Amino acid sequence: MIGIVDYGVGNLFSLKSSLGFLGLEHTVSGDVSVLERCDRLILPGVGAFGDARDILRTSGLDEFLIAQAQDGKPLLGICLGMQLLLEGSEEFGSREGLKLISGRACPLKAELPPELKVPHMGWNSLRFCAKSPLFKFSSEGEFVYFVHSFYGKGCGADCLATAEYGIPVTAAVGRKNVLGTQFHPEKSGEAGLKILRAFAEV
Amino acid sequence: MLAKRIIPCLDVRGGRVVKGVNFEGVRDVTDPVALAERYNKEGADELVFYDITASAEERKLFTKVLEEVASKIFIPLTVGGGIRELDDFARVLSCGADKVSVNSGAIADFSLIGRAANKYGSQCVVLSMDVKRVEGKWTLFAKGGRENTGINAMEWAKRGVGDGAGEIVLNSIDTDGVRRGFDLEMLGELCSRVDVPVIASGGAGCMEHFVELFKKVPGADAGLAASIFHFEEVSIKELKKSLAQAGIPVRI
Repeated sequence: MIGIVDYGVGNLFSLKSSLGFLGLEHTVSGDVSVLERCDRLILPGVGAFGDARDILRTSGLDEFLIAQAQDGKPLLGICLGMQLLLEGSEEFGSREGLKLISGRACPLKAELPPELKVPHMGWNSLRFCAKSPLFKFSSEGEFVYFVHSFYGKGCGADCLATAEYGIPVTAAVGRKNVLGTQFHPEKSGEAGLKILRAFAEV
Repeated sequence: MLAKRIIPCLDVRGGRVVKGVNFEGVRDVTDPVALAERYNKEGADELVFYDITASAEERKLFTKVLEEVASKIFIPLTVGGGIRELDDFARVLSCGADKVSVNSGAIADFSLIGRAANKYGSQCVVLSMDVKRVEGKWTLFAKGGRENTGINAMEWAKRGVGDGAGEIVLNSIDTDGVRRGFDLEMLGELCSRVDVPVIASGGAGCMEHFVELFKKVPGADAGLAASIFHFEEVSIKELKKSLAQAGIPVRI
């Protein structure tokens, strides 16, 4: 059973549908007792880092997710969910993340050549930096769908894949059982479904 | 490298896709779910569903169609048509839409853009504009291109982006339906004025028009069309091959 962490951030329709389409059992919940019984967790998210971080803290989901990750439960952060796994963010002032993955969420605007638009939105191709079970069904060069204005900077050895957009933009991160994608696998067609299927087997 | 996007647009009424009038003068309709599946298989990068519903009863059918498509096809879906209130955003987003496009709704109440962007994020708010040259000026039209608002279209786009629109669909009334290519002049002008993605619409008649669009207006992010895809005059698969051959980055 995959637990989709519901903390009121973002639209979960596509994520639920894509897991259902793959025949993967899943449940959506913000209740720790329900999520605890799941054998893997997905942390979705769209919007501002600070707001999402506050909700995780007040609900106690942050401590829960850190403990679950340390227990070895597979955890996948998607988009803002991936950025929350990092050490922190520079979005509207410095904030601390869950510190499960190296790096900080930093504004893309400061790094890109001026002619490139922010958000980085659309289909971009993956370049792998490390071998990961998340990509066991994927091939290098496959296109996935991105929408984001901040990116994981300084992820070092935790960076699993990048996408070229003026700079190599962190596309996926991972450290053991903790994984994250900056792109939306639930919106990335066949390429995305392969990644969700791989996560279900991690 | 970020790919240029190819986007088919589906007009939905009464739960069916209206393909427009075909060459025999017959109004042709088809199943939107089947058509969406075909486009997805051919490599469409995104789908736009346009609600041309006339009644509340039909609107329910539209959301049902949307929900069905979003349960089977996992690429970005944009919904337009009849978006006037924040409630309209909520209605289509809960059925699987990723982006919502506003046109006349923003002309009637400009604050809709900012309110929607605050609530759902800019990435979710698409400003769709119908524009025509009137006495040499780019002029914004409302109500499906029937009503001249007298508003300068380029200023309107800048205001919309300033208030939180995350993307613009520019439909040129002058080139729409003429099938002689996109309105490169109008698109070039818009791309030089705004820093959000621009989707070109109106005028595509063949594959070469898309090549021309991305070569001559490098700032354009996507090309949108309806009938040439519906009537299978242009296959998305072949189109992407020819774009790739011309050195334009596409998702294949």
